[in-house]
Amino acid sequence: MMNFFKRKSSATSAKERLQLVLVHDRTDLTPAQLESLKDDLLKAISQYIDIDPDAVQIGLERDGRSQRLVADIPLRSPSHHRAG
Amino acid sequence: MTAQVITVTSGKGGVGKTTAVANLATALAIDGKRVVCIDGDIGLRNLDVVMGLENRIVYDIVDVIEGRCKLKQAMIRDKHFPEMYLIPAAQTRDKNAVSPSDMVRICNDLRADSDFVIIDSPAGIERGFRNAIAAADRVLVVTNPEVSAVRDADRVVGILEAEEKGNPLLILNRLNPTMVKNNDMLSPEDVLDLLGIQLVGIVPEDETVIIGSNRGAPVVNDPKSRAGQAFRNIAKRLQGQDIPFMDLNQQGGLWSAIQRLAGRK
Repeated sequence: MMNFFKRKSSATSAKERLQLVLVHDRTDLTPAQLESLKDDLLKAISQYIDIDPDAVQIGLERDGRSQRLVADIPLRSPSHHRAG
Repeated sequence: MTAQVITVTSGKGGVGKTTAVANLATALAIDGKRVVCIDGDIGLRNLDVVMGLENRIVYDIVDVIEGRCKLKQAMIRDKHFPEMYLIPAAQTRDKNAVSPSDMVRICNDLRADSDFVIIDSPAGIERGFRNAIAAADRVLVVTNPEVSAVRDADRVVGILEAEEKGNPLLILNRLNPTMVKNNDMLSPEDVLDLLGIQLVGIVPEDETVIIGSNRGAPVVNDPKSRAGQAFRNIAKRLQGQDIPFMDLNQQGGLWSAIQRLAGRK
């Protein structure tokens, strides 16, 4: 609860903000473009398998100087599917 | 003898490129090396005043390129170190007066008679920057522990990667250890983690740097200056020596962590 009131140190803000900015700078993808990439990806995958769009997590991650697009897409179980 | 050509660049302006060039060149000259500095900032020359040589300019780099003088005639000998020279930028021309191939040709002509050629890149990522990195064997990226400077440094590192310029080395300039301790400044570890390149030196924020440039005498000449010591250490690392990083605030934890990050113990 104390953390809620305590202000983040300015160096931490700087680092967190830079982490985001650099990923987008390096990939030349705006957050809006990333959102639309995510939508297209989900549409494509949904044509083949049943997924839960609300549980999907897609984002850019940094590893040294390289970036990767990381997607965690939980599948709906086939039994669940059949039951419905 | 064949010189190593080193370009000092940053993306953002005002982070201390010119100061770094003047100090590294002078430190190398103190170590007995033959050094030629080239001011790559056509139209906004400054390396001459920082080095205290502004009154000696007759010819500049554009005069060399356009054939108005020989290369040797544009090389201004330093006041204190007879083996150190400056090739000044033209002040009344624009950056298009020089091309990347001009820089490569001039550097190749200088290689035979010197140990180091140090090029002061202009800020930005346009023509002047492209000229400055064209001949580089090694690139030093100068940044400050601030969001804008780190972001621009990252852009420059990205371009250097795309141009296959080898692995650039980082100079973290104007670090304030007290602010880092209070969590009000990005730490060297933060900056290295964000940029993902190798560190060659950390220069503490130091009033003597301004006093030195006021006088046209780089602070590496001042044995008591902390920034001067940091630049002297970087110059030795550029000569291949394994010099431990300075303990800037007697804070064992932080600085030994930096040394581990930089792969030096």
